[in-house]
Amino acid sequence: MKNLFVTTFAVFAAMTCLGQKFYTKNAQINFDATSSSSPERIEAINRTATCVVDTKNGNIQFAVLMKGFAFERALMEEHFNENYMESDKFPKAEFKGEIKDNDDINYSKDGIYPVKVKGKLTMHGESDDVDAEAKIIILNGKISAAADFTVKLSDYKISIPGLVADKISKTARITVTCSLEPLKN
Amino acid sequence: MKNLLFRFTLGIVVLLFNMSLFAQDPDLLKLLGDDNEKKEIIRNAFKSPRVINSHSMEFLRPGTMDFRILHRFGQLNQGYKNFFGLDQASMRMGFDFGILQNLMVGLGRSTYKKELDAFIKYAPIRQSKGPWSSPVTFALVSGITMDGTSWSDPSRKNFFTSRLAYYFEAIIGRKFSEAFSLQVSPTMVHKNLVPFETDPNNIYAVGVGGRLKLSKRIAITWDYSHVIIGMPDSGYYNPLSVGFDIETGGHVFQLHFSNSTGMNERAFITETTSNWMKGEVRFGFNLSRVFQIKKKKLNN
Repeated sequence: MKNLFVTTFAVFAAMTCLGQKFYTKNAQINFDATSSSSPERIEAINRTATCVVDTKNGNIQFAVLMKGFAFERALMEEHFNENYMESDKFPKAEFKGEIKDNDDINYSKDGIYPVKVKGKLTMHGESDDVDAEAKIIILNGKISAAADFTVKLSDYKISIPGLVADKISKTARITVTCSLEPLKN
Repeated sequence: MKNLLFRFTLGIVVLLFNMSLFAQDPDLLKLLGDDNEKKEIIRNAFKSPRVINSHSMEFLRPGTMDFRILHRFGQLNQGYKNFFGLDQASMRMGFDFGILQNLMVGLGRSTYKKELDAFIKYAPIRQSKGPWSSPVTFALVSGITMDGTSWSDPSRKNFFTSRLAYYFEAIIGRKFSEAFSLQVSPTMVHKNLVPFETDPNNIYAVGVGGRLKLSKRIAITWDYSHVIIGMPDSGYYNPLSVGFDIETGGHVFQLHFSNSTGMNERAFITETTSNWMKGEVRFGFNLSRVFQIKKKKLNN
């Protein structure tokens, strides 16, 4: 009887403790849809993305507010939100995936671990699979991550009108960088 | 027996607990809790800072300049001889500058009366959502116009100030939905000099402007001003304009039909001499091109 109680408690405790989770609310996401014939660079930065990583199972998730993307040109920013991303209708983009080679990472040892991240990116109300090459960097016990991938805008039903079709790239290059803090439950 | 029951209950509890842990989709983002909702300004009630003739509740972004070329042609009912009015054109060239999110200034010159005009527009309250939000935008416009024609009677003593007129306008507007925006704008125009002693110097009007979006880049717009006090007895009409906004990348084209030729508040509110009812309608367009003068620093 007592044994059972202790076991149960141990199971509870183990479950809450094992989940080593890290997060940030200041991940940086760069967006670049410049094509070779663009008259000006179509790029934006968002420094307020949220990221949570569960180092136990390699689950990784991002969320970002579309209106947080800052462009050099105000009109471009307006068009990004108003005409392409429809940010009032679809305010957030989310990525939910996992680090494929999570078991190869020793989170307690300094080093740079090249990994593959696979998951689903949802933006503009559409979801599509994404594979990204990423790096997990452990330095003095601190975890940071960087990833780089391209998305096809048509996969997310982001339409580019014929008039400007040659001025905007059909794919957007997304670069992600973040440094993570331990998450206390 | 009691012991057995206890074990059984405990077993169930453990089972349920485990299930609840494993069954859920691992939504890590929820662990961070919901972000505090921030106040957010509602933008793009109109495609441009003008509905058609009137100022809209919208503002230029800081660091941008809007170069505006406006044309108003002759009356359509002149027929083919004057190519439905296109043979005659009146124009205004204008430069508007966005200074702050809620402050802009502009100046322009019209061919009609060789008039120069300048304005300042400020919104103490902007429509927003989130905590402490306002359901409407409240903006104020103050402008001045200067007649550039020669004195009608050079023999008498003429003052420079006689060339000037002023207008003061409040805009109360709301973007009701992505597609529909509406604004009301009480306006007062003061003319320093009027042609006849019986003409009032102060004219009070209320404007109503709106937009209905047809697609992401095309919208129907309308713009009407009703003069309440100070309308001369005959020969003058309230200006009504109806048109389309078409956005093509960096340009906004506003194509419309109107009974007014004036392109500043003094001219279109107090000097519209055509009558829709008699078919005295004109074609006109506004071309707006926004330039970024000061780029936002991104610091990669």
